[in-house]
Amino acid sequence: MKYDAEVRISLKKGMLNPEAATIQRALALLEYQVVNTSTVDLIRFQIQGDSESAVKEEVDEMCQRLLCNPVIHDYTIKISAQEE
Amino acid sequence: MKVGIIRFPGSNCDRDVFHVLELVGAKPEYVWWNTRDLSDYEAIIIPGGFSYGDYLRAGAIAAITPIIDGIKDCVSEGKPVLGICNGAQILAEVGLVPGVFTENENAKFICEWTDLKVESVKTPFTRLYKKNEIIKMPIAHAEGRYYTENIQELRDNDQIVLSFESENPNGSMEAITGVCDEEGLVCAVMPHPERASESILGSDDGRKFFEGIMKFR
Repeated sequence: MKYDAEVRISLKKGMLNPEAATIQRALALLEYQVVNTSTVDLIRFQIQGDSESAVKEEVDEMCQRLLCNPVIHDYTIKISAQEE
Repeated sequence: MKVGIIRFPGSNCDRDVFHVLELVGAKPEYVWWNTRDLSDYEAIIIPGGFSYGDYLRAGAIAAITPIIDGIKDCVSEGKPVLGICNGAQILAEVGLVPGVFTENENAKFICEWTDLKVESVKTPFTRLYKKNEIIKMPIAHAEGRYYTENIQELRDNDQIVLSFESENPNGSMEAITGVCDEEGLVCAVMPHPERASESILGSDDGRKFFEGIMKFR
């Protein structure tokens, strides 16, 4: 079975996000007054697996071993079966 | 004394490190990232740069290459390991030193001379300095802001190696810009000692990092 996997990586609550702060300041230059700007990294790929839960487990392992840094990141995983 | 200088695609300052190691009487050799066996070397230096284009996070991809297992073997055999700049980011990603070096507070690449305080002299690289000695070395990075969840542990174990003295250019926690493992064998510093090892370059304050490796064991 083929699955679509999506990993959303964000900074932990309270962590400084210089990229988001810069974006917010740039928006203010264009006179858009926005608050609480944040950014996330989105990684998408396709993967073969026996079940949704098995795939989720494997993607979780990828997050811990490479995709995220547990010191500063939170992440969520979305798995959906590809329609044949 | 044979010292291995680790090269990844995107490493830089590797030749500067080579040059300074020769100046202090070591026998440097370049070692490519896919080497697994580092038993020939008595010390390891991971230089700066932008390994693998800094994709994902600075140091994240270098951290899963085969040479990392060789470096871990060196550590367990009691050999000193120094990571400079990108090398420091790699050692933090691997978890050989605590914490992380992440995006600078002002979101800019900062390249400037800095005054630094040598906080710990227990590492092979800082053993020739006096504790709290102020030295001058340059930084050149966009991801150097140090952050850890265990600051008290670092203080208790004397794992803070270098901190910014007069100003904190990148917003690091407690102005920390160099840390080591508990034993002090693995040392990760954002400033570049190899760029401050000859007075003609503006400072030779960094030279003791390399002299300290000699006759360490």
